[in-house]
Amino acid sequence: MHITLNGEPFEIDQPLSVVALLEQLDIDARRVAVEHNLTIVKRHRFPEVIVGDGDQVEIVNFVGGG
Amino acid sequence: MSDSPFVIAGRTFTSRLIIGTGKYSSPAVMTRAHEASGADMVTVAVRRVNISDRSRESLLDYIDTDRMFILPNTAGCYTADEAIRTARLGREAGLSNWVKLEVIGDERTLFPDNEALLEATHVLVGEGFVVLPYTNDDPIACRKLQDAGAAAVMPLGAPIGSGLGIQNPNNIRIIREFARVPVIVDAGVGTASDAAIAMELGADGVLMNTAIAGAEDPVSMATAMKHAVIAGRLAYLSGRIPRKMYASASSPVEGMVGR
Repeated sequence: MHITLNGEPFEIDQPLSVVALLEQLDIDARRVAVEHNLTIVKRHRFPEVIVGDGDQVEIVNFVGGG
Repeated sequence: MSDSPFVIAGRTFTSRLIIGTGKYSSPAVMTRAHEASGADMVTVAVRRVNISDRSRESLLDYIDTDRMFILPNTAGCYTADEAIRTARLGREAGLSNWVKLEVIGDERTLFPDNEALLEATHVLVGEGFVVLPYTNDDPIACRKLQDAGAAAVMPLGAPIGSGLGIQNPNNIRIIREFARVPVIVDAGVGTASDAAIAMELGADGVLMNTAIAGAEDPVSMATAMKHAVIAGRLAYLSGRIPRKMYASASSPVEGMVGR
């Protein structure tokens, strides 16, 4: 199934939690913020929020800036 | 000379210099510049994680977060909605509810969009954010932001990254006189004297990125900026002499030899 991940098409095998998605992407969950279908996902809800077909996910972190 | 502490929204900072984390030639240089600056607050940007290249290390690996307060920005946002969304993400990614709020109105100048900035300030203050808006050097805009609940106002000295110095010193003085919240000159500093001038005008702090990161030797420039901010602040508190058109001798006019 398809999701849109950071603006790009992305394939997942089955619906999965935000935690599972971050693990699959090898991303440290403590250092990122996640938006699911334009709604912020609080960190403590990463295990329970499920990403499914057609969903939009944004994963952001801090980069250098002024 | 005793000075009042630098307090924003109830939080006390030891340094009146706030610096950025962008444009450094390497993370190691940034870390050393941060140390040299004496700053205890740094700005960061909020961006998408690079999904295809996860090899890049995290910025936070190079920032001593025990010592440095992290201030996420909304740089690059051109609408209130975009800035609000970015601020919310920054809050989740970070450790605080503070945001350096930028809503840009024009790509070439990076001047703020005042209306959108005010709108975003209202919304974010309502959501419990500590909002530090990057604004024009316009006393009325600053007053409106303050009335909307901004924790500080951050007028530009000159366009971001321009290094032109404080272009409208009188406005900075008027903003300082109007404001009941800290005034932080944000953007435009090119070299140490610019930072000193900002402080001499009465600014409570100075925020800069390019002036340090873009210098040939960022670490020594960070040291220079540290001293400039301290010097400018002291000079402001010390009460400078009035400007006069003609000389007044420093040495006695009486007792001249041979007269």
